[in-house]
Amino acid sequence: MRMITYCDALNEAMIQEMERDSNVFVYGIGVPDHKKIFGSTADLLEKFGAERCFDTPIAEDSMTGLGLGAAINGLRPIHIHIRVDFLLLAMNQLANLVSSYCYGIGGKVGVPLVIRAIVGRGWGQGYQHSKSMHATFAHIPGLKVICPTTPEDAKGMMISAIRDNNPVLIFEHRWLYWQTGAVAEESFEIPLGKGKIVKKGKDITIVATSWMNVEALQAAEILARNGIDAEIIDPRTIAPLDEDIIVESVSRTGHCIVADNDWVYCGFSAEVAAMVSDRCFGKLKSPVKRIGFAHTPCPTARHLENQFYPNAETIVRQVENTLGIDKIDLSNELFYSHENRFKGPF
Amino acid sequence: MKSVNLDLYRTMYLIRKSEETIQKYYAEDQMKTPMHMSMGEEAIVSGVVGALNLDDQVLGTYRSHALYLAKTGETDLFFAEMYGKVTGMAQGKSGSMHLSAPEKGLLCCSAIVASSIPIAMGAAYANKYQKNGKRVAVFFGDGATDEGVFWETVNFSCLKKLPILFVCEDNGFAVHTPREHRHGFSSLHKVVSSFDCNVFEEKSTDPEVIYRTTQKALSTMEQNDKPCFLRLHYYRYLEHVGINEDFDAGYRPKGDYLDWLKLDPIRLQREKLGTIGFSEQQILELEQSVDEQIARSTEFAAESAFADACELHTGVFI
Repeated sequence: MRMITYCDALNEAMIQEMERDSNVFVYGIGVPDHKKIFGSTADLLEKFGAERCFDTPIAEDSMTGLGLGAAINGLRPIHIHIRVDFLLLAMNQLANLVSSYCYGIGGKVGVPLVIRAIVGRGWGQGYQHSKSMHATFAHIPGLKVICPTTPEDAKGMMISAIRDNNPVLIFEHRWLYWQTGAVAEESFEIPLGKGKIVKKGKDITIVATSWMNVEALQAAEILARNGIDAEIIDPRTIAPLDEDIIVESVSRTGHCIVADNDWVYCGFSAEVAAMVSDRCFGKLKSPVKRIGFAHTPCPTARHLENQFYPNAETIVRQVENTLGIDKIDLSNELFYSHENRFKGPF
Repeated sequence: MKSVNLDLYRTMYLIRKSEETIQKYYAEDQMKTPMHMSMGEEAIVSGVVGALNLDDQVLGTYRSHALYLAKTGETDLFFAEMYGKVTGMAQGKSGSMHLSAPEKGLLCCSAIVASSIPIAMGAAYANKYQKNGKRVAVFFGDGATDEGVFWETVNFSCLKKLPILFVCEDNGFAVHTPREHRHGFSSLHKVVSSFDCNVFEEKSTDPEVIYRTTQKALSTMEQNDKPCFLRLHYYRYLEHVGINEDFDAGYRPKGDYLDWLKLDPIRLQREKLGTIGFSEQQILELEQSVDEQIARSTEFAAESAFADACELHTGVFI
């Protein structure tokens, strides 16, 4: 099958949906400019015109309301934020209006609004260009939250999000944009609310989100060389969560580590840990362990930033602790960093 | 204009009587929803909505009893929602502050000040894109103009030349805080005038005046393709939230109220009907039919069931 990048997969999904349905339009700060949201909105203006692909003032609050109003009047807006941190300016509309519109109108009218937000990382992004906070949004009833990891998931889940009659927030990790993978040329849907087994294994379950799947895969490869067969589950959708795929896996392995691309405290990893404790209590051979960002704002300087983010090494060390095995020599391993970023294929 | 004036009176009478009915029964504690009463603003809502087409769309605030009743004319779903019954427009999930009637063009009412204003812009964007000729009117108090999102929305609506009416129902207070304590400028409509839009101001309790001003706004918007801002002054008769007067609180003198009460829109409009050729009998018949409608609706609401417990979970998604 054809190989394309995550970024091109997002772009292709939007183009195919805009060709299929004239109600779909795309907007946001910088969407039609020469940088095209890192290339993900390339050709939209040229193909579909300024009514369906337009720039906005720096006004996230009102522009989110615009999406809601257009959605309840028959259109299917896609609102793009080049950083999740900027999406926070839309929190009133999201938490007070978008999420409760359908409920408050007696379930009669849906809100087919898609919001794309990019998770920044590295090269000095610092504490206002690096947030993910997917759990914060997933906390709010009425919002669907997805974190596609692979190019195939990016395309299929984007198409599902656009066709969904409810609000869907897509969190796209910037480092995943360069990743390549096999993606079908024709249009296809990957259902929201369905997780994926990224790698089968029998010894321990690693539930990973977004970029942490890349780290988990490297960790699993190191562990495999040392006789440990880890299973990796990518929930893909944060809300609504595919609990069963996690429960089934942990029931087999008896061990669970959650590697979330976000802060740990009150985060998605806590939700998974609580759910696993509840549904797998008698089958757990060890406590559920959680991995995520340090509980600090994200620092700018590289050496501190490297302390802030967990990586494959963090996962390997946690697996050793959980399974009670000897420390693996990692001195010859090359871990991902901004200088040595992952380019795929996944 | 004769039949328009009768319709305006009917709408205002329906609003006033519906709220007086709420006042009458509220102490029974069966309507467990915070009431932000419209009393005093009937002429504005009736005049603006009366000038709109039936398929034009409106959005409001937590103070939107008047808007709902003017746009729909119905009271069954209205009172059932106040009583929290399954027969309400949102099965009791929304109450007084979140009235809606999407099939009749009331898209939503929000209890977060100014938050429905950008939604109206999105609705107008869709209408313009679909070339369906519908206009959107969004109602809000002067407190909403303190919010950044109001200015964001005016800005972008003017930029995109959207078919939208910003209707500021100006009672001079944001909750209890007067204009002088909030504004670093002297004239709201002059500031809005610096945007590329049409601005109108009225200080009248005559619904016909509001009706004509709205007609003028709509035709001007049709001609020059620019949004309209209407600043319409009124006096809120009752407390910010609740069914009582609050002149003993000291933030506004009762004398102001008494001055405005001399110009009470319902009383003046009733008198006007007499001068333009309606008999007392005709007016009484109209009032009686509205009274009966409200009585039937409150009875319907009282007799209706509450939603099943499982209804809690329905409607989060469609």
